[in-house]
Parts: sequence; C-alpha cells; structure tokens
Amino acid sequence: MYKHILLASDGSENAVRAAQEAVKVASFDKESVIDVVYVIDIEKSKSDVLHANSSEAVDLERRKKNSKVIQVLNQANAAYQTTILRGKPGPEIVQYANQQKVDMVIIGSRGLNTLQEMVLGSVSHKVMKRVNCPALIVK
Amino acid sequence: MQTLKQQWFGNIRADILSGIVVALALIPEAIAFSIIAGVDPMVGLYTSFIIAVVISFAGGRPGMISAATGAMALLMVPLVRDYGLDYLLAATILTGIIQLIFGICKVAKVMKFVPNAVMIGFVNALAILIFMAQLEHFIGISTMTYLFVGITLILVYTLPRFIKVIPAPLIAIVALTSIAIFSGVNLNTVGDLGTITQTLPSFFIPNVPWTFETLQIIFPYALSMAIVGLLETLLTSQIVDDMTGTESNKNGEARGQGIANFITGFFGGMAGCAMIGQSVINVKSGGRGRLSTFIAGIFLMFLIIVLGDLVVQIPMPVLVGIMIMVSIGTFDWSSFNYLIKAPRTDAIVMLTTVIIVVYTHDLSKGVLAGVLLSAIFFVIKISTVKISKDGNRYSIHGQLFFASIDGFVDYFKKANIQSKKIQIDFSDSRVWDDSGVGAILKVSELLKSKGIQVELVELDSSSKKIMDKLNGVLSSH
Repeated sequence: MYKHILLASDGSENAVRAAQEAVKVASFDKESVIDVVYVIDIEKSKSDVLHANSSEAVDLERRKKNSKVIQVLNQANAAYQTTILRGKPGPEIVQYANQQKVDMVIIGSRGLNTLQEMVLGSVSHKVMKRVNCPALIVK
Repeated sequence: MQTLKQQWFGNIRADILSGIVVALALIPEAIAFSIIAGVDPMVGLYTSFIIAVVISFAGGRPGMISAATGAMALLMVPLVRDYGLDYLLAATILTGIIQLIFGICKVAKVMKFVPNAVMIGFVNALAILIFMAQLEHFIGISTMTYLFVGITLILVYTLPRFIKVIPAPLIAIVALTSIAIFSGVNLNTVGDLGTITQTLPSFFIPNVPWTFETLQIIFPYALSMAIVGLLETLLTSQIVDDMTGTESNKNGEARGQGIANFITGFFGGMAGCAMIGQSVINVKSGGRGRLSTFIAGIFLMFLIIVLGDLVVQIPMPVLVGIMIMVSIGTFDWSSFNYLIKAPRTDAIVMLTTVIIVVYTHDLSKGVLAGVLLSAIFFVIKISTVKISKDGNRYSIHGQLFFASIDGFVDYFKKANIQSKKIQIDFSDSRVWDDSGVGAILKVSELLKSKGIQVELVELDSSSKKIMDKLNGVLSSH
C-alpha cells in the first residue's frame, strides 16, 4: 500500500497531529516507512543565525523543533527516516515528493506563521495542489 | 569542502543569472552608500566592482557578495569630511593590511567572543543609521519628493508578488526615472550629488603625504573599518553557510577581505565588506559559486559603462525609497520579541549597543561597548553563588572560585541551622581553585564550632582532586 509516506514537519502542534495520523496509515503495511521531512526556511536563516551563538546552537534549535514529531514516532515504534531540506517549505516539499515518487504526503493544515497564511494562503494548500500523489491534510 | 573547480564552475547557469540579479541590486546601494560617505557615486561603484571581482578569487566563502557597504560608509564620514577622498583611499589600503594580518592571526576564533546580543544590536543600529541617512534627502524638500518615495516603497513591496524574475527595485528605478524624465517634474537626481564617469577604474597611488602624521590620522579609522568589516563579513558568511548547508573558510575569508580592500584603495575605491542583504539575494536567486560574485562585479561595471548617462538621472526620492527598503530588510524584526524573552542582561547588551551606535554614529564603538558590557555581566553571573535548602541538604548552585566565595561563606555564617548534621550538595557546582577549597574548609570548621557535622556530597571528580590534595596538605600541619 503506502510504502513511502512523506510526513512534513515544522514542529507545530498540527505537525504532531499529522504524525499521529501518519502512524495510523503506516500501521496498515509492515513495509511502510515514514519519511519525516523538515524544511529549513532560508528566509529565516538570517534571524536564526543572529539569535544563536554558533551554528551548533542553530542546529540544536531546529532539532528541538522537530523532536516532538520524532517522539510521537518513537513512542509508536514506527519505522521512520528524517530528511532535512533547505529552501521555501512549500515548493521544497513538493519537489522532493515528486522526485522521490512518494506514495502519500501527510501535512498539518496550519504551520507556525498565521499572518503569512492570511496573505499568501497556506503551505499545505500549495503542497496538496502540486504533488502527484494522495495528500492527507490533518486538522 | 568542494574543489576550486567546483567552486567556480559547479553551478554555471544559475551563478550567471544570480550574478546579474545581484549586479542590478548593487547599483542603487553602491550609489547610496557613496552619498552617505560623502564621496562621488563613482567611488562606491568602483569599490563594488573591484571588491566583488577580487573576493571571487581571494574569498573563503563562495557565493557570498562583498562590495561597498553602509556599515563601512558610516565609519568613514568624518575622515572624508575633514581630510578628503585621498585620505579615505589611504585608510582603505591600511584597512586591507590590518584585515590581512587579522586573517593570518586566525581572527575568526576571536570573533566567536562577540555575543549574539551584540550582533543583533549591530544589525539594528546599522538599519537605523541607514534609515536616518535618508532623511535629509526627502524630509521637507517637496510634495513630489514624498510622493516618489511613497510610490517607490509601494512598488518594491508589491511587485515581488507578481514579478519574480526581475528585482523589484530595478523595475521601480526604470519606471519612475522614465516618468520623472518625461513628465519633467522637479526632483533632485543622483547627478546633483556627483558625477558618473563611464570608464574603468585605473591604478593610482593616493595623493597623501606618506608620513607618520598621516598614519596617525588614518589608523583609528582603518582599525574601526577592519573590525566592523570583518564582523559583518563573518556574520554574513555564517548566514550563507546556513542557507546553503555548507561550510566555509572563515580565516581565508578574512584574508580575502584584506586583499580586496588593499587593492580597492589603489583603484579609487572605499573600504567595503560582505553584504548580508545582497548575499541573501544571491543565494535565493540560485547563486552558490565564486562565479556568481565575479559576474555581479563584472556586470555592474558593464552596466555603468553602458548606462552611466541614465544612472545620473535616477531621482533621489527613488533611491531613498529603495534604501528605506534596505534598512527595513536589515533590521532584525524579531528583536522586539527578543527584548521580552531573552535574559534581561542580553536585552540590555543589545539595547546598549544600538544606543551607543546611534548616538556616536560609530558601529565599532557600539560593538566594543556591547562586548565589554556582556563581559561584565558574565563576570557578575559567574561569580554569584546561590544556595537552596531542602531539609538538611544545602545545594550550591554556581562556581566556587576566588571571586564567588564571599556569598558562599556569608550564607553559612548567617544561616540559623538547627539540626546537628547537614549535607552540602555540590552537584550543581564546581570548585575551581584554592580559594574555593579554602572556603569549603572555612565553612566546615565554622559549622563544627557550632556543633554541626558537615558532609560534602556530589563533589565532581576534579573538584574532589583539588579538595583531597589541599586537605591533605592542610591536615598534615
């Protein structure tokens, strides 16, 4: 069934709920692997670097953000791998999903930045429109 | 790290395109920073051309853009005003020499001691100063000036939503300059503030007396510029590292900056450094290699030689609008959140850096004050010992050394201990020197004289070692 499941993670509460759904979908098939994709938004590089004392500290902050999702997967004993991408979150997830020919994309309906969404529309909406596979948007 | 060939030709198509985008974005900034420094626009344009080209060979961070910058321009204002351009050129050469020496002495390691609170203050102060430098070019001049500044700002913030390939400032410049020329409105232009010569820069030795007196004049400026330039450069290289997920040679970059400034001074250019905004534009436009920086410099010079006549007709209000956008982009808007959430001392360091820079117009003074202040806060923090009590267990939080022991000893002098046996827990502490050991012995004896038995627990092994050693020595006497 869905062997390669892409789980988009930005560390938000919605991403954690998306992870719980990913576990359910993965449980249908023993060979399913959840691919946790975390996109480093390069628009935020300047601010991330400024607010940390070293590149190691920047890295730690990002790991912390991703850790809630990883915890869910660890607790459920799900098979997973993590992928770090750099760029604009929406387009990067779409490009990766289509290149890797993943079987399903699971993404939280809303990320961390509500203001941007009001102006631009949500990342999840863009991803859903452009990936060549089923997409599950988790509320 | 990649091979030199990869650094140059690993990304040819995207590097050429992004280089062109950056060249277009560099022109208004190079002109505006020249105006801030009080020199002809040509000085900033030559600077940007030469530094970009030289750094593409000599730098340690492929894909980073260096050129004439606001941070450097602001530092040189008094020198240009009091002594003229030739002294600036001499100071630029000296800046290069200092940076080269710093680079050879592995300055990147020292730069790690500049805390991030100071760096946040640095970019914020820079943004405020760039903005303030624009005021005289549009406040109280004419209604048309305000109108053009306003339209420019609207264009540069809305156009990127629809047109992604061409940089919005360029569209704003072309459209508004045409409108200004054809409608014949009365606006100040770049031409009013200097001339554009459509020739390549040439080699000449700055016309200053090469004496000790000259050195005394230019050295303080050169030193400030060397430090500020390297600070912004190393910050930018960290940002480019982060954006591209690669590493770079920080000391190599410092040496490269030195070489670039050294050469620039002999070609009529002013000292420059890496630019955060332009480097971000480059990486976002796909630029990754040395070729992108090289193309940015070459294409900028090409444009000036071909279009120099038109550049002087750019209305000042349009340039002002673009520079307001640059200052808004430079400012770290998460600072407001930082002021609330960061530790109190960090927030004070950040604010102090900003205030001193805005007051003195000198970024190097703000950085120095910020670093000193954070060092003082660090000393205070490290020399404070807190003690918490849980039943008969007294936990020490903090470092025990010569500067911190008073608080530790005083606590037990004043403490009203009822029980006959207590434990002192060192799991969150560490004994650094003889003074620390002495203080522990003093406390033990003090309590013993009151009839209280003391047990030291959770001492880490290195503290234990110091204790045992000194205890042995002391008890044998």
